Amino acid sequence: MTATVPVTAALALGDDALVLSHRLGEWAGNAPVLEEEVALANIALDLLGQARVLLSMAGDEDELAYLREERAFRNLQLVEQPNGDFAHTIVRQLYFSTYQQLLYAELAAGDGPFAPLAAKAVKEVAYHRDHAEQWTLRLGDGTQTSHERMRRACGALWKFTGEMFQPVEGLDADWTRLDEQWQDSVQDILGRATLPLPEGPRTGAWSAGAGRQGLHTEPFGRMLAEMQHLHRSHPGATW
Amino acid sequence: MVTATALETELLELAGSVPDPELPVLTLQELGVVRAVRLQGPGTVEVDLTPTYTGCPAIEAMSVDIERVLRAHGMHEVTVRTVLSPAWTTDDISPEGRRKLREFGIAPPRVRTASGPVPLTLGPTRAASEAASRTEDASTEPVRCPHCGSADTELLSRFSSTACKALRRCLACREPFDHFKEL
Repeated sequence: MTATVPVTAALALGDDALVLSHRLGEWAGNAPVLEEEVALANIALDLLGQARVLLSMAGDEDELAYLREERAFRNLQLVEQPNGDFAHTIVRQLYFSTYQQLLYAELAAGDGPFAPLAAKAVKEVAYHRDHAEQWTLRLGDGTQTSHERMRRACGALWKFTGEMFQPVEGLDADWTRLDEQWQDSVQDILGRATLPLPEGPRTGAWSAGAGRQGLHTEPFGRMLAEMQHLHRSHPGATW
Repeated sequence: MVTATALETELLELAGSVPDPELPVLTLQELGVVRAVRLQGPGTVEVDLTPTYTGCPAIEAMSVDIERVLRAHGMHEVTVRTVLSPAWTTDDISPEGRRKLREFGIAPPRVRTASGPVPLTLGPTRAASEAASRTEDASTEPVRCPHCGSADTELLSRFSSTACKALRRCLACREPFDHFKEL
């Protein structure tokens, strides 16, 4: 009944969901329109639910979320990137939700320990991806300003996308094929949005990405400080 | 497979009769989230509950309500387990549940895994071509306005007051309404 849980993989997937959930939560009170505020909060809530299940597979969810140091987090560097302008947030969503849906669909089709969660989450993520794609089309093929901001955001986050397809210990997936599918999908949607496919490396020396090994970018420390501050100031507090 | 005892059936009905904390017109049985009730000893019972969405915050309120109802029925130890598999889908909402949602002003989710005959009804076709160009799959049946029944409705936002709903507007009677999204 209780198959051994690959802790490394549970942390990688769980931390991706937790960190992106927190970033999206930062839009509360700041989104451009009310509907969008609600949409981003709902996506954040889905991700938080997934994070709770995944982190609980690896240990105590609260301890893992609130009491780990930066170097112990295993999330992708992509998800910790600051929200930036709305275009940055949408491009981050597009890159990540496309990856997450492809990966979860593969995990859901298998019989590993993540299959039940993946089968549930993949349907939620389909809505996240649709949301990101529709905004990409609207902003990319929108005004000169929205197009330019989207183009800038696509390029700025491009170097973080290769990391998504580094194999994760304990996850049975065909990473090369996932990467190809991801590139096809992103290329298609950017093309329809009249946006150029960014140039520049996604892997290797001039790309980013060692989040899975615990190396994070500078803004992540500040994000964690804010996320963990209350729990650390009042250990064991409940309401 | 162990057959449920009469008491288990009775307890399952009791647990299922608890109203949903966010959509109180529906019971948990109509929503399709109470999966099983197992008697583990005298007065000791375990309930399997499945969340609609992984992050649904209502699941905790549901657990507390189920515990309270079963304790009031003489169970002194009630454990509510959250089960994810098989994943809940909106097809688990009963026909009665769908009817109540519509009466409450929420367009019910369309049934996706049709296993029987699909009833066809006539509706306005003015926006048929427009609808096809929208992002939604035009091959599925339209989302009807819960107020006037018109099929001529448009999507305002993919996410509404809760993750499980989308915000739409009826182009016939102009009323905005929530649509329980297919999952």
